Amino acid sequence: MKNKIYLSVVIIFLIFCFVIFYNGLNSSNIYTPKINTKQKLPIFEAKDFYSNKSISSEELFKEDIFYIVNIWASWCVPCRKEHKFLMELSKSENVKIIGLNYKDNLNNAKKFINELGNPYSKNLTDKNGFLSIEFGAYGVPETFIINKNKTIVKKFIGPINKKTLNQIMQIIK
Amino acid sequence: MLASQIGYYSLILGLIFSFTLSFFATKDLTSPSKKIDQNIIVLSFLQFFFVVVSFLCLIFSFVNSDFSNETVFNNSHTTKPLFYKISGTWGNHEGSLLLWLLVLTLFIFLFIIKSINQPKKYRISTLLFQQIIIIGFFLFVLVTSNPFIYVFPVPNEGLGLNPILQDPALAIHPPILYLGYVGSSIIFSAALAAVIQNYINSEWAKHIKKWVLISWIFLSIGIMLGSIWAYYELGWGGFWFWDPVENVSLMPWLTLTALLHCILVLERRLLLTSWVVILSIASFTLSMCGTFLVRSGILNSVHTFANDPARGIFILIFLFILIFLSLGIFFIFHKEQYKDNKNFFWLSKETSILLNNWFMMYFLSVVLIGTVYPIFLDVISSDKISVGPPFYHKLIIPFLVPFLIFMVFGSRLKWIKSEISNKNLLIIFFTISITISFLVTKNFQVDLFLYTILIGTSLFLFFTTTVEFFNRKKILSQTVAHFGFSLFILSILLNSITSSEVSTNMKVGERYNYEGGEIFFKKIEEKKEKNFNSIVGHFKITDNRGDIFNLKPELRVYNQPIIITSEADIKTTLLKDNFLVMNTVKGNEYFNIRYQVKPFMLWIWISVLLISLGGMISFLRAKNEK
Amino acid sequence: MRILKTFLLVVLFINIANANTDIKDENLNNKILKNIRCLVCQGQSVYDSESEFSSTIKLLVKKKINEGKSEKQIYEFLRKRYGDWVIFEPKLNKNTYILWILPLLLFLLGGAIIRKKFK
Repeated sequence: MKNKIYLSVVIIFLIFCFVIFYNGLNSSNIYTPKINTKQKLPIFEAKDFYSNKSISSEELFKEDIFYIVNIWASWCVPCRKEHKFLMELSKSENVKIIGLNYKDNLNNAKKFINELGNPYSKNLTDKNGFLSIEFGAYGVPETFIINKNKTIVKKFIGPINKKTLNQIMQIIK
Repeated sequence: MLASQIGYYSLILGLIFSFTLSFFATKDLTSPSKKIDQNIIVLSFLQFFFVVVSFLCLIFSFVNSDFSNETVFNNSHTTKPLFYKISGTWGNHEGSLLLWLLVLTLFIFLFIIKSINQPKKYRISTLLFQQIIIIGFFLFVLVTSNPFIYVFPVPNEGLGLNPILQDPALAIHPPILYLGYVGSSIIFSAALAAVIQNYINSEWAKHIKKWVLISWIFLSIGIMLGSIWAYYELGWGGFWFWDPVENVSLMPWLTLTALLHCILVLERRLLLTSWVVILSIASFTLSMCGTFLVRSGILNSVHTFANDPARGIFILIFLFILIFLSLGIFFIFHKEQYKDNKNFFWLSKETSILLNNWFMMYFLSVVLIGTVYPIFLDVISSDKISVGPPFYHKLIIPFLVPFLIFMVFGSRLKWIKSEISNKNLLIIFFTISITISFLVTKNFQVDLFLYTILIGTSLFLFFTTTVEFFNRKKILSQTVAHFGFSLFILSILLNSITSSEVSTNMKVGERYNYEGGEIFFKKIEEKKEKNFNSIVGHFKITDNRGDIFNLKPELRVYNQPIIITSEADIKTTLLKDNFLVMNTVKGNEYFNIRYQVKPFMLWIWISVLLISLGGMISFLRAKNEK
Repeated sequence: MRILKTFLLVVLFINIANANTDIKDENLNNKILKNIRCLVCQGQSVYDSESEFSSTIKLLVKKKINEGKSEKQIYEFLRKRYGDWVIFEPKLNKNTYILWILPLLLFLLGGAIIRKKFK
């Protein structure tokens, strides 16, 4: 009788394991940090790209509109590809784009903007990359959408393309 | 192209022979003849032969850079050196599965011809169980992982092999590891066969011990080779990262070690019969489970192959079929042996082996739970956590202390009923060990109490096993293996407390002074090799004692795929390794230099070889004992 | 009673393993870096990796140590922004009680089974 109990327990446990592994297979294994919808906009101070003056996050995001934070760099090849989509996005009245120039040489960055256009209402320098960490980013390019409640509602890892551009347009309507 | 055709049809032939073999074997099971049907031996050879042909065809395709073969296209390149073209054959998912089949079919063939003195029904049953595994893998390969898929139009060039895999240790690591890892299949099959034939006894133990030893020896060396590769290629001087794929190879090793010790008991007395069967089943089950975890994409690790959930589902189902099958057989057929239980005295070798198993199973549970728990948590609550080195260290290290002490006493106890002889000698050794340990440890900035005890107990085992070498009455294999283990723990501990490192940015011509000496960045040299270009940094390091080391780390730019790797230069001596790595600093003419001095590294590898040597000595002794 | 004693011994051992040590700044720095996962690598720690992300984290950790932040605070900082996944040592919270306790329970279970053999 005792043996039968052991056997049943073992069988139930094995079925449980099977179900877990089966479900585990279907879920994504490349981790994208949970878009914590409750993640508030981080509070920080940064240097303005052109003036080199300090500006606070409160100042930057004071208007009651959608904001997009885009992490970019002149040495980043995919950033070139996504730039035209950012230009298009900047035409919208519902949103302002804040740029985070990540670990870049100021002259190269300025050349990049002059060459491809400036979609950014404000641009910040992130010389050591610390600012991008505040946002929970780990590479470039990355783009964050911040709603009127100053909460980060969506995050895009990698360059913006036509599909993601449409997604963004939907959100900021 | 032709090679791929031959290779593919060889696999089909192999599968056909598998079925034929299984049919003949089943028939022979019920035949009254006392001798095994000779057809079975021939068929098992043919099954193996065609897998060999298939494997050779794949190697041939790789060597000839036959890019009409999809596997070759995905994993090779014309400029790869010949050695790596060959080893690239098994450095990918499809090829490594062919290696699985190779070992599976080889082992059953060897088993059949080497087990002539064993009961016929037992031999055939073993073969039938192994056939289930073999046929399963044939189907897995042919249905989901065919190494002979045709690509048209034929590409001119392949995608290349990741350069960090182009390393001698990594080239031979899979075959050796698989001989151990996949070799545990024969123990699985034999145990199930023995259960059904009611053959779990001393005679069976003597016979299966050789197979357990073979599997265990190759697994030990295979794991060591993987570690050596990681030390040279990955990261920064580490050799074990508790990465899921590493853990997955360690788990069968733990059960095989436990099994080995239990077999020693079973050889002499009718004890632990159920447990031996469970361990035999567990070893191969863990191998299969590991294969699932690593190839299905369910885990994230440095080693993962290209992932495909369809393959994962196949293996998962296959794995659980095997588990339910083996458990079913165990519960239905196994008869508990009660005869010798009354004579279990607490102070005996049997007890110490029980203790060994207790601790081994604990270590196994730590590694297993640590590896699969994140999967369970993720599925149940969508929370992703990491389980890394700190977890394993905290749960394993404290238990090493009693484990080492039990090893000292256990190996000195006699069978059945014993006493501890030479108590005074042991006390003296213990005191000396702790004292030396304390005197050494207090010079370094580490936890004094913890390390004193750890090093002290390993020294204790070290001294007591050294003494055993001079005692002719002691079993050599046991002494060598346990001595090797004490050296292993000792080397790791000493290495961990005495290692030092320095990191700085330098440009050519600069000298950097640090606590232990001076680093001089002499010059940069550019080199062109077959499939990469490199920048070699020439460094001259002078330490405080006046010893000079010339190290030449490289930065390599490989051509296909275009990857930049940093190759450390490691100078290895008996006493220590000098380890230098250089990396570029962005936008600068500076290079980031990281220099490490790592004492006793070589001893870590030597000690694993000693442990395996102990196994080899035992194997030779068992073979000669007719 | 014996089980209780064994359990206490086990807990004592674990605490020894956790013993806080008097380590130099450099060692503390490395210890922390080894415990942070490089998020753009496959399974490597920030210490072992040369990626862009890792170099940023290395600078960040150095800065925070100089600011006097403790090991725990640095981990918390990163956990808040990246999730528990970024730190290799699993925190002891409701998610991980089973993770930490289960092996120990199994150890005690094993001990109990062995004791039965001698009854």
